[in-house]
Amino acid sequence: MAITRDDVEKVALLARLELSEAEIESLTTDLGQIVGYVDQLAEVDTDHVEPMAHAIELHNVFADDVVRPSLPREQALANAPSHNGKGYLVPPVLGD
Amino acid sequence: MSYTTVVGLEVHVQLATQSKLFCRCSTQFGAEPNTQTCPVCIGMPGSLPVMNREAYQLALKTSVAINCEIPAFTKWDRKQYFYPDLPKGYQISQFDLPMSEHGWLEISDPKDRFEPKRVRILRAHLEDDAGKSVHDEVHGRADSEIDLNRTGTPLLEIVSEPDMRSAAEAKAYMQELRLLLTHIGVSDCNMQEGSMRCDANVNLHIDTPDGKAATPIVEIKNMNSFRAVERAIEYEAGRQYRVWQETKQQMGDVPKQTRGWDDAAGKTLGQRSKEESSDYRYFPDPDLVPVLSTPEEVEAVRASLGDLPADIRRQLADDHGLSSYDADVLVNQGREVLAYFFNAAEKSGDYKAACNWVTQDIQRVLKEQEQSIDEFSISADQLADLISAIGDNRLPKSRSKDAFELMLTNEIDVAAAIEKLGIEQVDESALVTLCQELLDANPKIVADVKGGKQQAIGALIGQAKKKNSNVDPGQVRKMCLELVEKM
Repeated sequence: MAITRDDVEKVALLARLELSEAEIESLTTDLGQIVGYVDQLAEVDTDHVEPMAHAIELHNVFADDVVRPSLPREQALANAPSHNGKGYLVPPVLGD
Repeated sequence: MSYTTVVGLEVHVQLATQSKLFCRCSTQFGAEPNTQTCPVCIGMPGSLPVMNREAYQLALKTSVAINCEIPAFTKWDRKQYFYPDLPKGYQISQFDLPMSEHGWLEISDPKDRFEPKRVRILRAHLEDDAGKSVHDEVHGRADSEIDLNRTGTPLLEIVSEPDMRSAAEAKAYMQELRLLLTHIGVSDCNMQEGSMRCDANVNLHIDTPDGKAATPIVEIKNMNSFRAVERAIEYEAGRQYRVWQETKQQMGDVPKQTRGWDDAAGKTLGQRSKEESSDYRYFPDPDLVPVLSTPEEVEAVRASLGDLPADIRRQLADDHGLSSYDADVLVNQGREVLAYFFNAAEKSGDYKAACNWVTQDIQRVLKEQEQSIDEFSISADQLADLISAIGDNRLPKSRSKDAFELMLTNEIDVAAAIEKLGIEQVDESALVTLCQELLDANPKIVADVKGGKQQAIGALIGQAKKKNSNVDPGQVRKMCLELVEKM
């Protein structure tokens, strides 16, 4: 599967990355090589191999439903670029 | 030209856990903003989610109650999108291997506006909730305030097939789902507080001279009450028909649209167009492990459910002789009222009478006083005594409402109410004498009754009550008819 410039632009948009012309150029090449590398797997015969749904062998790990203390609000808000002491402040979202 | 409205619903219910789905922050509604968060639910690097056992169990219970199949293997995936109320940058949801699928829910309408039907359920999956944006437009501030208390609360998303054919059916589906889920205690399903939310996918199938045409599917959001669900779908069907007449646009001609319901304006308004599913770039969440379940575990959950609302409706109609309308009205009052009803019905042995009291007089009082059944001053035992007193003629039926009101306002039992009303039992010989006197004084009525007009007796009942206010009209009628036969 070849990676095109359009693919890179679309993925960049979804990831909210603003790329320069030069970055789009080099990422198209880089991503193309990565996908090409992974594509080698397509050469392996997997007809009789069960698909793997998850990389971890463990299953059914649960915690009990018991409330524990949360972060103090000052700490929760501490690293936000903007807050008013109660909530995180963000630019208004359009169209909502 | 005619059309059919086609509706599928995506319902989100918050599961009634104490703590969140992947961390131990409280899920309590209404707390001060951002006082119930931790590194896991606000997406700090290096934090590790661990699934809440109770949340999984409640989700499983719900899935079984809506007749879903439970696959042996399920896993969780990351659904990536950017929004200010989603601090992780992805929602932990389920993509290709949900925890349950292929269920159904039966809906019917006691007023028979539509035929009973099974609405198929495509799937139900467990995921975490996002936070809330507080829009402070009144003060004209430029920024939105974000509260992340709700972030990470367990949600079960229940996706129906597009099996509903009217706004009334969609509303009935929501109401039946709420009844079922509150009955089994997995959620409080409060639409105003957002613990039950609903998006509707709506389009029209229009009969045209060239065959059927389907209009583009529109997803409606922001419906905060059952009434809103009904109104929004009704409005949207009319709007789509008008658009179709103008543009003749069919499904596939335009991208899927999202519209928000504006309850005050009574309209749906256009929002952003929906990103394609592949744009969410789902992949298995490497922080969480899969969950395996055995058929035995699923059976144990099924056995623990007990009778569900649909079963109870059937029992009331088949085993206790209530009409299906009465059974429906009763079951729809919810679990607490139903328990009260069963207490009174079993103790008095008269299901029909208990049903009438509970669905009529008691419901009226509860509504007027804005009370719940637990706060109601007449206990189920006392109601049973009232019903029994009427049954064995200690209390004439005609005075039963007065006795009920006295019991209610003075918080007394039925014996005290009977005494307070000055009701003395009229013994059989007094009743015979009274009736005989009346019949002797009214030969025309006797002749009418003998001639087959039994309803002529009615005129004597009023007279009997004038002579003795304690007589029971039913008994007077019965006694007079018996006496006429002997005359």
